[in-house]
Amino acid sequence: MAERFTKSMARNIYLGGSTFFVLLFLVLTFDTQSRAMPERDNRDQLTEQVVRGKHVWENNNCVGCHSLMGEGAYFAPELANVFDRRGGADSEVFKAYMKGWMNAMPTNVPGRRQMPQFNLTDQEIEDLASFLEWTSKIDDNGWPPNIEG
Amino acid sequence: MKYESQRVAMPYFIFALILFAGQIVFGLVMGLQYVVGDFLFPEIPFNVARMVHTNLLIVWLLFGFMGATYYLVPEEAQTELYSPLLAWVLFWVFAVAGTLTILGYLFVDYATLADITMNKLLPTMGREFLEQPTITKIGIALVVVGFLFNIMMTALKGRKTVVNIVLITGLIGLAVLWMFAFYNPSNLTTDKYFWWFVVHLWVEGVWELIMAAILAYVLIKITGVDREVIEKWLYIIIAMALITGIIGTGHHFFWIGPPEYWLWLGSVFSALEPLPFFMMVLFAFTMINRRKRNHPNKAAMLWAMGTAVMAFLGAGVWGFLHTLAPINYYTHGTQLTAAHGHMAFYGAYVMIVLTIISYAMPIMRGRPYGNSNTAQVVEMWGFWLMTISMVFITLFLTGAGILQIWLQRIPESGEALSFMATQDNIALFYWARMIAGCFFMAGLVVYFGSFCIKGQASFDEEVRSATIEDA
Repeated sequence: MAERFTKSMARNIYLGGSTFFVLLFLVLTFDTQSRAMPERDNRDQLTEQVVRGKHVWENNNCVGCHSLMGEGAYFAPELANVFDRRGGADSEVFKAYMKGWMNAMPTNVPGRRQMPQFNLTDQEIEDLASFLEWTSKIDDNGWPPNIEG
Repeated sequence: MKYESQRVAMPYFIFALILFAGQIVFGLVMGLQYVVGDFLFPEIPFNVARMVHTNLLIVWLLFGFMGATYYLVPEEAQTELYSPLLAWVLFWVFAVAGTLTILGYLFVDYATLADITMNKLLPTMGREFLEQPTITKIGIALVVVGFLFNIMMTALKGRKTVVNIVLITGLIGLAVLWMFAFYNPSNLTTDKYFWWFVVHLWVEGVWELIMAAILAYVLIKITGVDREVIEKWLYIIIAMALITGIIGTGHHFFWIGPPEYWLWLGSVFSALEPLPFFMMVLFAFTMINRRKRNHPNKAAMLWAMGTAVMAFLGAGVWGFLHTLAPINYYTHGTQLTAAHGHMAFYGAYVMIVLTIISYAMPIMRGRPYGNSNTAQVVEMWGFWLMTISMVFITLFLTGAGILQIWLQRIPESGEALSFMATQDNIALFYWARMIAGCFFMAGLVVYFGSFCIKGQASFDEEVRSATIEDA
């Protein structure tokens, strides 16, 4: 192979191959973002409150313990479907549940994993609940397999 | 060491190793929190330990890559570094900013950190691996730009080798893709989609270019095999890495909102992702078999072979295990992901940095043919302890993951165990992982111990002449 397969052929495979796949990736990204996603992420329901909830989620580094749509840490439960699991898919029930849960933290049960007390206001908890509710409705190809996440 | 300015690599390597030790300490803290949930609570909650663990990993690898670059680019280009002063200034900027960020994680709660760093102005915080305050992110961007400027000015004025070109292409890609760290749309699916532009395209794209270039450089040096042969391999390996890895991003798009065509695109291309790693194994072993000299630095050769094998196992095999969409549906976001992540990062990136350190550090310390035999033996003990421990960490996490899937994911709703009940059931695996983690720490201590042993490798005339002449 040493004579027939030259270094410049190898370089051309690298340059040609990577250019082709970068361009293909850009085309697919354009298609995903412009055509497919608006139908799948219910962005029409992306309210001010949901946006504020995302900031509450980020500012408190929730993803440092929990996962959201399977990404994050695996130390605490998956939350993309917590609206269905804990709220019975009802906004008011879920908000009430969230307030009770967040305010009861930490449980201080010895040896058990602890969730910190974040001292969120009622408004912030409602925002967070809206964000998680919106997230639960994204078309994610039917993941996770069951309600336990 | 041919060029005096290569020596700026030294502080980068030393600081990288210090951060590595910190990373392992926090890894042990987390490992214990998995089984003793309230360990160090509320002083160091899990999310803080995890940020420190993962951010230290990223930062120390970047220090390692920079050190490697400062060491090998001048020698490849056959010229002194453009500005050693700039390299020193950037070292201190990066080291101080990195340390302050970690201290911020540890001593201020995250919401306060977001507040005092004015995250509101440009919110980028609170996303996995990109937890750094925006101001730190800007700092990283500036350091990388200054670093790239220095390196490119050096490469441009000297010999343009394939190793240099590939390495610099990788570093430019790293800088460009980092820009997506600043894009945080309020639509979560879009946020996640472009978040992977940094995370996946770094780890399974441009970092592989950097890794392959460093490996090629070390193999040229220790085997004496003709540069033409090694460069041809290098091109083919990185071609495969990008051809499979770019569309392979699709395996992260299965369950976060993007359309269904990603299910099969992601499955097919990521099933091919082990190929470049397999070629790296063939490459390393073929070059070492064909070696034209017996370089006295046996430890560096062991690290080079180990990198290829462990990267193939961790990134290749353990990645492939759960990359097909129907399997990933059950494994996504379980301990199986953690198992793969641990071995892939150790095998590919930790070990390549330790490889170049093993080769370059003795030279910078005035031991052109490597450390003394005793030091090398101790270093190899460190190699085996850390590597075998990592194999066990991976196996125990894999066991934990399979059991987790069995109890929590496979049964129907109503019959499946809850997340926390499942965690209680797999505690034994977490304890076993914790023990393996302690052995890893012991390996790291042994490895550090090898730096304290005096003396240098003995050499015969044959080796000496072969090593002195440039490969």
